[in-house]
Amino acid sequence: MKLNELTLTKTIKMLKSKQISHSELYSAVTQKIDKVNNSLNVYVALDNEAVLKTKNTLDLPLAGVPIAVKDNFLTVGLPTTASSKVLSGFHSPYESTVTKKIRDSGGVIIGKTNMDAWAHGSSTESSDFGPTKNPRNPEHLPGGSSGGSAAAIAANMAIGAIGSETAGSIRQPASWCGVVGMKPTYGRVSRAGVIAMASSTDSPGPIGKTVIDCAVLLNHIAGKDCYDATTSSLAVSDYTAYLSKGVKGMKVGICYVDHPKVKGTPAALAVLDAGKVFERLGATVDLISASDTLMANRILNPNYAIGVYTVVQRAEVSSNLARYDGIRIGRGRDFLATEAKRRIILGTFTLSQSFVEKYYVRAQKVRSLIIQNFHNLFGTYDILIAPTSAGYAQRLGSSADNPLFGEIEDMLLEASSIAGLTGINVPCMRDPKTNLFLGLDIMADQWQEEKILQAAYAYEQATEWNEWVANESE
Amino acid sequence: MKVNNMQYEPVIGLEIHVELKTKSKMFCGCKNDPFYAEKPNMYTCPVCFGLPGGLPVPNKKAIEWTILLGMALGSTIASFSKFDRKHYFYPDLAKGYQITQFDEPFCSGGFIKTSFGNVRIRRVHLEEDTGKLIHKTIVEKKVTLIDFNRSGVPLVEIVTEPDIHSSEQAKEFLKKLHQIVRYLEISDADLEKGSMRLEPNISVWIKGSNEIPAYKVEVKNINSFKFVAAAIEYEFKRHVAILEEGKVPVQETRGWDEGKNATVSQRKKEGASDYRYFPEPDIPPLRFTKEYIEALRNKLPKLADEVKDDIIKAYGLNDYQGTILVENVPMLSLFQGTVSLPSIQQANISGTTIANWVINKVTDFSGTAPIDLANQIIGSKTVVVSDSELKAVILNVLEENPKAVSDYKAGKEQSAMFLMGMVRRQLPNVDTNVILEAVKAALKNV
Repeated sequence: MKLNELTLTKTIKMLKSKQISHSELYSAVTQKIDKVNNSLNVYVALDNEAVLKTKNTLDLPLAGVPIAVKDNFLTVGLPTTASSKVLSGFHSPYESTVTKKIRDSGGVIIGKTNMDAWAHGSSTESSDFGPTKNPRNPEHLPGGSSGGSAAAIAANMAIGAIGSETAGSIRQPASWCGVVGMKPTYGRVSRAGVIAMASSTDSPGPIGKTVIDCAVLLNHIAGKDCYDATTSSLAVSDYTAYLSKGVKGMKVGICYVDHPKVKGTPAALAVLDAGKVFERLGATVDLISASDTLMANRILNPNYAIGVYTVVQRAEVSSNLARYDGIRIGRGRDFLATEAKRRIILGTFTLSQSFVEKYYVRAQKVRSLIIQNFHNLFGTYDILIAPTSAGYAQRLGSSADNPLFGEIEDMLLEASSIAGLTGINVPCMRDPKTNLFLGLDIMADQWQEEKILQAAYAYEQATEWNEWVANESE
Repeated sequence: MKVNNMQYEPVIGLEIHVELKTKSKMFCGCKNDPFYAEKPNMYTCPVCFGLPGGLPVPNKKAIEWTILLGMALGSTIASFSKFDRKHYFYPDLAKGYQITQFDEPFCSGGFIKTSFGNVRIRRVHLEEDTGKLIHKTIVEKKVTLIDFNRSGVPLVEIVTEPDIHSSEQAKEFLKKLHQIVRYLEISDADLEKGSMRLEPNISVWIKGSNEIPAYKVEVKNINSFKFVAAAIEYEFKRHVAILEEGKVPVQETRGWDEGKNATVSQRKKEGASDYRYFPEPDIPPLRFTKEYIEALRNKLPKLADEVKDDIIKAYGLNDYQGTILVENVPMLSLFQGTVSLPSIQQANISGTTIANWVINKVTDFSGTAPIDLANQIIGSKTVVVSDSELKAVILNVLEENPKAVSDYKAGKEQSAMFLMGMVRRQLPNVDTNVILEAVKAALKNV
């Protein structure tokens, strides 16, 4: 087995016990990058001297493992562009909290990964620096916007990765690339030093090869940050401590399998199968049907979330991008690509005096109902499961001329995102013909990261969809 | 149909911006000291510079001080409040929006008493100041430079109802507000430096109307009470002239031109600008418990009127002395510092004497140490005559001026002043108040 194919957990163990050296590890990872980065376009910037930074890291918890970071995290020493030409060549004078924590824990950032420009998209096809291809099948998209980070893991071009999710941007590319991706509760991981997309839902999180890898990474990035007023001061637990507790006695609700776009699809069937797995492991599993109004033990039609999210996110985007005026940093607004312009225009419109009540305020009211709905459901259920995406990775080119591509692809994730919940994608099906994956989304109430990690780990151990788990247990 | 000039009356509302003198800025840890910074942009960070990824973290002290100001003005303090984004483009506004408060200010309502009637406060809210543009010619090229030292300095905005109807009333209101801010020690409120900025909104109606005119003219960023009064006078005349022609003044923003002694048009406003306000998602809403607000209320220091009553009672000052002392905070501190010194008490020097020294003889209130002033007063005590010596001189003067004595008896108060003057000719270094009191006492016995 090649060293770049090791999980984060195994890599740390082997480095610490000196079974492998940093130079062996980095040459395996770099070789892989050299071999496939040109064709897959995963990294937009690479640190060629990363291995030199592993010195004296063996005593630190992350032991010098190479980590890939989405290009919207500000990093000193590596350019940060959010894959937009406006920020081409921009070098931040300061470091994001998440990358600082990674580095302080002994992780080494080997490169910055491609993304939809400004995180506007779910394909990584709208990057100003060209699309990333899905390593599982290069004729297909990796998903997005953290498509580069998910692809880096799928292609074994990094040992661990960091992404950010606003509504689906970690879980959906994780699903399409057949990896594990976790969206923590809004406010669990600091947004300081992350180029803002939609401030009220942006949530940085880990992307890894296994559930335990994500739990380890989350341990090092979660927590209160004095530079982000929306981070919670709730204590951070050791997320690896709960993994093997199992799901016995858990109440599990299956959502969204009755949606017209999902019903009867492989995605629906895979999730129903996952329900059976949880049942076998000792959980109680219910089917939760959708409703158009707030009703006990029913989940609101996900179509509402599309409208709410589209309005709120565009509004925040139009405000957050106002600082890129070309006066102090970066280049002028004429370097903004079509999608960013579209979002700025729509957001500006929905906040304008004559329409703010009709769109922005109303969207926020419906958002409150969605939060209420989840609150009620989590009174009954420990976790909710659903398809991460309604289908397999789409073909390259399918996002073009489809401004709502992302919103449709992420429709099953948007409700939980605007409610600030936590969720994790684990692979739950592989199509042997195309080598493409489907993903299972496991959601829990705010601050219940332990629960989804516990359930995801139990599922991962009980099934054979995760190749890394299978390989390492050999 | 012409209306007699006498019936026109200005309708004035004021917007006042006050920079708080917190140690750090409103949303970051940068030093809040824009006026004494040695270099441009030396007190900046990713937040106040509007860099990607910079997030605002509100300054607790600034919020508390805003609430204290509201309490001093008798405002209702909100139990729920939030910050909002106000969007507009200007190069000194780094983020493309200002963090301010739109529909849920910390404080609403309240009033300040003036001798012309109460002026109601509409709201008191907290926001951030902008950077500063500097227009220069460098190597024969006209350039605009931006200094962000001021960017993110906490700024309180006080908005009044249009209850002011004369330049005199505006001035009185502003003096009182200035005094309150200084008593709370939340701002230097230095008009010249710009840590207190004044914007009157002026329109003119026929006296007795109850409908606010449909237009208003805003005069921006005036840096003295005198100029506010002058701008109001100028605008009043200008509006009346336009109204006399049967027209309505244009709604616009004007500036005060010191050189021309006139307002000049800056920007015509068709309607309200569209600032696209929405709640600042980077700052969670704020909730204040009753206990928290009451604890803050206990921190509210005594304000001028209360302090005046206190010092008059405690030190036997007259109303005039009390009024003068509380008007000027450094003067008051010097008085209070001096009057409570043990050496002063031992020397048996009265509060009245100290008040007179502070009011009449000291020029640098902040630069004079109470102990130095006390020593001066004690050192000069030799010229303080004994009661018997004073009495002898007074009796002599009374004898020599029988007409003044009978005038006084007939009710002509001023005669006492004349007699005091005559006594002072012989005892030039003795405190006038001391003489006056003694003269009055002697007159009673004549």
